[in-house]
Amino acid sequence: MSDAFLPLLVAIPLFGALLAVATGLVTVRGPALVAWVTLAVQTLLAAWLGTTALTEGPLSVGVGGFVAPYGIELVVDGLSAVVLVLVAVVSLAALAFVSEDDPGGTAFYTEYLLLATGLSGMAVTGDVFNLYVFLEITGLATYALVASAGTGRSAVSALKYLLFGTVAASLYLLGVGYALVATGTLNMADLSTELARAGYGSPLVLASFGFIVVGLATKTALFPLHTWQPDAYGDAPDSVSAVIAALVSTVAAYALLRLVYTVYTPAFFEAVPVARDALIAFAAVSIVVGSVLAVAQSEVKRMLAYSSVSQYGLVVVGIAIGTPAAVFGAVVHLLGHAIMKGGLFVAAGAVADLTGARTVEEYAGLADRFPVLGGASAVLMLAMVGVPPAVGFAGKWYIALGAVRAGTWPVAVVIFASTLLTLAYFALLVERMFVAPASASVRAATDGGSDGPDRPSEPSRRALALVVGAAVVAVALGVVVTDLGTALEPTIDTLLSP
Amino acid sequence: MIELLTTKYTYLAVVILLAIGAYVMIESDNFVKKIIGMNVFQTGIFVFFISAAFRTGGRSPVVSSGGSGGGSFVSPLPHVLILTAIVVGVSLTAVALGLVVRIYESYGTVNEDTLREVRANE
Repeated sequence: MSDAFLPLLVAIPLFGALLAVATGLVTVRGPALVAWVTLAVQTLLAAWLGTTALTEGPLSVGVGGFVAPYGIELVVDGLSAVVLVLVAVVSLAALAFVSEDDPGGTAFYTEYLLLATGLSGMAVTGDVFNLYVFLEITGLATYALVASAGTGRSAVSALKYLLFGTVAASLYLLGVGYALVATGTLNMADLSTELARAGYGSPLVLASFGFIVVGLATKTALFPLHTWQPDAYGDAPDSVSAVIAALVSTVAAYALLRLVYTVYTPAFFEAVPVARDALIAFAAVSIVVGSVLAVAQSEVKRMLAYSSVSQYGLVVVGIAIGTPAAVFGAVVHLLGHAIMKGGLFVAAGAVADLTGARTVEEYAGLADRFPVLGGASAVLMLAMVGVPPAVGFAGKWYIALGAVRAGTWPVAVVIFASTLLTLAYFALLVERMFVAPASASVRAATDGGSDGPDRPSEPSRRALALVVGAAVVAVALGVVVTDLGTALEPTIDTLLSP
Repeated sequence: MIELLTTKYTYLAVVILLAIGAYVMIESDNFVKKIIGMNVFQTGIFVFFISAAFRTGGRSPVVSSGGSGGGSFVSPLPHVLILTAIVVGVSLTAVALGLVVRIYESYGTVNEDTLREVRANE
């Protein structure tokens, strides 16, 4: 019965986006209200369908009454349920911070809802071409949101992101084309059997795998395909960086997981071991280089952005290793990273609002002045490093466990080394915040804002609630991770069964 | 080789289009030219899909009410997909050109090298 509600997951935010435009013509406050209501309904629906999918098995529906594999199929299994709920909850929560320092009216909320449409669509679709369309909807909304800061700098970053993102999506489309030529179908479930029939060694199948992986790896921002990402995250408005850092690359990594295991299946890796080894090597380089580049940054938002390059490397390593523990670790790290990085970007935005501080040096003495904000950010940073019991530890632990069990020892070493590097850059920031004497900008904020005319003297309640909330969820998720494991076990077993 | 060139020449066109598109995107300093390069790149992929759908002697996939008439048809699916992809491409171009306008308003240039100089002097 609940199957019939699946199309609403895409239709509600899409309709909301149109409604936001319409109400924007009448009232100024309309679009914000529409966004709130739409995303609240979306969250309830996602939670309901997600729990149904986790407890009663996968849901699926053929759009418009056309039966799969001829029509477009929407599918929610345990994995997409998790991503779907994450997308809905994070976009709803981040809206609180958006309303706080509103970058601009109707267009902004419309783009925001279109972003939610694209991301939900990517999570629920069971059709590779449909995935391309949602990938581009997500992309278009993100480019516009990055540019919504209104500065020339953000427009340049957005254009750079657009050029990279379009080539990435085009390569993905080319990969889909090869798969279509080899099999004549676009439905994911159907492709998995048809690709096996076409033969995994066939040049068409190999080429399609290569193009799809490179396309999605660019969208996920793996080194060396990440160059668009620090600019886009750094120059976007603070609220937008929080949302896109939490969701956009996360969903791209989810799409990679979905394609590798639902479409190509573990049997492809069995038949072509070099594909797996290449993916592991690619991601391992990304883990190390991302961390090293993050250590070298002086600006906090750019540091967080480079840190993402490394963390997505971890996720992709988990995907490529492909033992149940590693895949579960990848999913946990995907979830945890979204919450931790989203929270940290909100914190960075709140600090910039309060003191104007944007570099590591300027953060000095912050925790003395704003103990709650500083404390919650420190918790998030330590969670990111992987201090138990936080979720950052759980994700890395399962990925490392999977690597050791699969006999790929070097990966475990890389994960350990990257943890030390993560500690290096976050420990530096924590030391600045808690130990170092207050910097000029922090002192200025303390004195009552002598440098800025309208800086608030306390962090806003909403921003504070978001950062503290993210810290609490990051720790709590680490505690309940075994329950999540039990819930996801059937899904992962199905994915990995030959 | 000759056989490949005479029968699969559309694929050769695809490769050339992709190469031209990528080259223009990398080599050109002008943002508008980069966007045109992006369009050429996408068009290469469109041509790939369309030529993959073609079959020699195939008819257009429209069945008259008098019966199917037999014979082979050109596959309609890739054409439909490419219609969607073209729409996506147009939207992307529109957004990209909008961003170029914004860049020109802020910096007074659409040239990447000049932009770098302008920013360095800021």
